Order: sequence, then structure tokens, then C-alpha cells
Amino acid sequence: MNDLRNVSSSPHVRAAESSADLMRWVLIALLPAALFGIWHFGPKALLLIAVTVLVCVASEYLYEKGMHKPVTIADGSAAVTGLLLALNLPVGAPWWMAVLGGIFAIVVVKQLFGGLGQNFMNPALAARCFLLISFAGRLTDFTYDAVSGATPLAAMRAGESVDLTSMFLGTTAGTIGETSAAAILLGAVILLAKKVITLRIPGIYLLTFVIFMALFGGHGLDLSYLAAQLFGGGLMLGAWFMATDYVTSPITPAGQVVYGVCLGLLTGVFRCFGASAEGVSYAIILSNLLVPLIERITIPAAFGVAKAKRGKKA
Amino acid sequence: MNTALERLWNGMVKENPTFVLMLGMCPTLAVTTSAMNGIGMGLTTMVILALSNLMISMLRKIIPDEVRVPAFIVVVASFVTIVQFLLEAYIPSLNDSLGLYIPLIVVNCIILGRAEAYASKNPIGASLFDGIGMGLGFTIGLTFIGVIRELIGVGTVFGFQVMPEAYEPVSIFVMAPGAFFVLALLTAVQNRVKMSWEKKGKDASRIQSGCSADCASCASGCKGMAGQGGTEA
Repeated sequence: MNDLRNVSSSPHVRAAESSADLMRWVLIALLPAALFGIWHFGPKALLLIAVTVLVCVASEYLYEKGMHKPVTIADGSAAVTGLLLALNLPVGAPWWMAVLGGIFAIVVVKQLFGGLGQNFMNPALAARCFLLISFAGRLTDFTYDAVSGATPLAAMRAGESVDLTSMFLGTTAGTIGETSAAAILLGAVILLAKKVITLRIPGIYLLTFVIFMALFGGHGLDLSYLAAQLFGGGLMLGAWFMATDYVTSPITPAGQVVYGVCLGLLTGVFRCFGASAEGVSYAIILSNLLVPLIERITIPAAFGVAKAKRGKKA
Repeated sequence: MNTALERLWNGMVKENPTFVLMLGMCPTLAVTTSAMNGIGMGLTTMVILALSNLMISMLRKIIPDEVRVPAFIVVVASFVTIVQFLLEAYIPSLNDSLGLYIPLIVVNCIILGRAEAYASKNPIGASLFDGIGMGLGFTIGLTFIGVIRELIGVGTVFGFQVMPEAYEPVSIFVMAPGAFFVLALLTAVQNRVKMSWEKKGKDASRIQSGCSADCASCASGCKGMAGQGGTEA
């Protein structure tokens, strides 16, 4: 019997990495931003992170138990969702809001559509937008240390000047994980070094965004303005950690380029012409929705099939 | 009498237009921001549906097949106009909150769907009760959706504060996405309930349907209606 060759369905080439390994590296790469957030915003940030991670893992467990599905909390994807959600919340968010967001992310966005690999939108961002729409006042209140702080982006919008160094280091107002560009870039380097992500999506995203802001930002090629836009708001966190989510980004190389351009354009449009100073969350979830279409138009030609022929058929 | 009861049951439960036929989604999603709006829209539609079914059933042998849809629309539009004037005169607050959606009842696919699939082929009494049943089903659906959206999104039901003071309303529920969440949730719940009925052997579909077993024409009629309704209603 052992001599029989099994003909199985694809994939035939397997890598040693599992989802769990990848998720572990994402968690490790998120640590600098998370630790910085805890240091910067105090123990309340730690509490929020703990709550969202616990709620996400627990709701994944309970849903899968309840639906008699295999329990997949061990792969760590629910923990990553929870951590990302916490990093996208302002430190002033009450704990029950974190609970609500965690349940929404896992149950509505992820599990109802079939679990890991099937969600059509980044669960953490969808939950953030859900909370943002529901509790606009609370989610845009970036008070910390009893100082009512405007985020650098909001300050720039109001015409005030911002300090680039503190924006890069992260000692500004904002959500727990987005303020420190330095900590996020450190995590991004880990992801790139471990080949968990490639430079393509975030690189094209940031590049398109910078070009858009240079053209339409109203400050021309003012480097400090462009740098402030890059380091401000959720752009860094979004570009490196959420736009690169495997499930909700295209798998074709050409598609990833298109996706990155979409992200950059949408973020630019929202930041320049939108009502709010921020736009990364909406840009990413909107682009997530475009992914199936992007993949459809960028299917590579199969080996031996002429390109022209495919074009004709399509 | 039996047909009448069967029609009412069919419209409210077995072929509930909101949760089973998935017709009339535009008013379902757009106006159910409060329980009052839901019940108002549902009852308004029910009145028009019953009257138009009655009228179309009476005219079913006169209306030529080729122009039946325009003829139906003329009938429905007349009733909608009458009802809107009545609302404007006697319940102006409801008229204001439903606004544009009242004239849009003309192209509501439930009304055209029932005219096409039922009233134009069946006797007057059965058609009237079909209209009332479907209208009640629609009212039940819209009211449920409205109650839940208002409860979660504002913390009140029919304008009365239900939730405790400390409750912070999840305002996404009174916006468009909330309508989809609640509709999906209620549809899932009613499917679950019907599944458990079937298990118990109380199969709802065993009650004789008045559909005259002509499912193909019914489906195609509904499809055509949905196409028309989809663009406008």
C-alpha cells in the first residue's frame, strides 16, 4: 500500500511555516508598538489590550464551540486581531467598548463569514470603524494625562505646527499603538526580516500616499509636511500591519501593486478632502472590499497560455 | 374562510415578505430606524397592498396580458396617492418621518409581486386576504426590525426610554449598517425557529398553499418585479 502514490489536490508544495508561526511573528512585531503605548499612556492601555485580546480569543472559542466547529484559537489569529484592535483605540475608551469591539470583530466580521481566511475585511479595523461610527465622541477623544490633546494630524489641519521628533518617537496624542512611528517601524523590520510580509504593499501604499499629498496636500514638496503626514495618525500602523493582512490583501503581485495604489489614493483623498483628519481605517477596509475585483483582473496567465488569448477571453 | 386563514398565515409566517421572500428591501432597510416608523410603513403598505390586490383581482379578466404591469402600477399609484393624502391630513408626523418612502410604495416589489403572482390569477376574496396577510407579515417584519434598532441604537422603544440611564446607545444601529445587521439576525432566527418546527413535524409548508403549484411563473414574476423594484424601490 505504501508504494501507491497518492494523488492529492493542491497545494503540492508545502512550507514549514504554519499560520500559528506567522501569527506569532506578527505578535512579536507588534510588541514594540504595544509596549510603547503602555509606557506612554499608562496602565489603562495595558488593561485595554488585555481586555480586547481576551475577548477576541474567548469569543472565537465560544463561537466555534457553539457552532461545533474545530476550535482555532491556538493559531493566534484572534489574539492578533485583539491586539490590533486595542492599538487602534484611544486610551480613554471604556472597557465595555473594547469588549463590544472584540466581539464584533471576531463574531460578525470573521466567524460569520467562515473564520480565518474567509473574512472579507480586516476584523480589527472593521471593529474600529464600527466603534468609531457608533461612539464618535468617545473614539476621537484623545485625552491622556488629563491633558486634552489634539492628535498631530488634527493640529496640522487646524493650522498649528507639529514637532516632527516627538511624532516620530510617539510622545503625542493618538490611539494606543499608532503614535510611535519608530516602534512600528521596528516591528515592520522584524516582519520584513522574517519574510512575513513583503515591501510591496506598504511600500507602494506609502509612496502613492506621499505623491498624492505632495500634489494635493496644499504644501507642495514641503518635506516636513510630508513627513508629518507619514508619521501622523494610523498610517504607519495601517500600512505595515493591517494593509498587509494575508486574508484581505491580493495574492497576485500585480494585484498587490494595484491594492497599494488604491490604499494610497483613498487615504490621501480622505485626509485632504474628508471631514476628518484621519482616513487610514476607512481606506483599508474599502480597499479590502476591492480585493476580489483586483485579483480577478490581475490573474497571471497560466503556463503555456498566451497573454493575448486571455485578454480576448476576458 | 379556510382560504382566508391560510392566506393570512402564508403572508405572516410561511412566505413572510421580509424574512422569507426578501422583497421590499428598500423600505425595510431605510425607514426602520424606529419602531414607530416600522409599524407606520408596514401598516401603510398593508392598506395599499390589500386595496390594490382587491382591485387587481376584480380587474384581472379585463387587463390585457401585454400591458398588465403598467395597469398594475396605475392601480397601485392611485391608492398610494389616496393614502398619502390621508396621512398628510390625519397623521402628518408619520408622513414627515416616512417622507419620500410613501410615494415609493408604488414601486414596492411586494405589491407588484403579489399583483403579478397572486391577485391577477385568483378570486377576489382570496386576493384581499393575501394582501392583508402579506401586509401584516411586512408590518411584523418592519416593526421587529424597528424595535431592535431603536432599542440598541437610541435606547428607546416607541419613544419610551427602556434602557437604563447609563446605557450608551450604539448609534450604528440607527444607521444603514445596523439595518443589515438586524435584518440578517432576525432572518437567521426565523430560519432557526422554522427548522425546529420541521423537526417537530409541525411543518408549516404542509398547510396547503394557494400558489396553485405554479411556482415557475411565481418565481419569474417575482424576479421581474425585483428587477423593477430594485432600481427604484
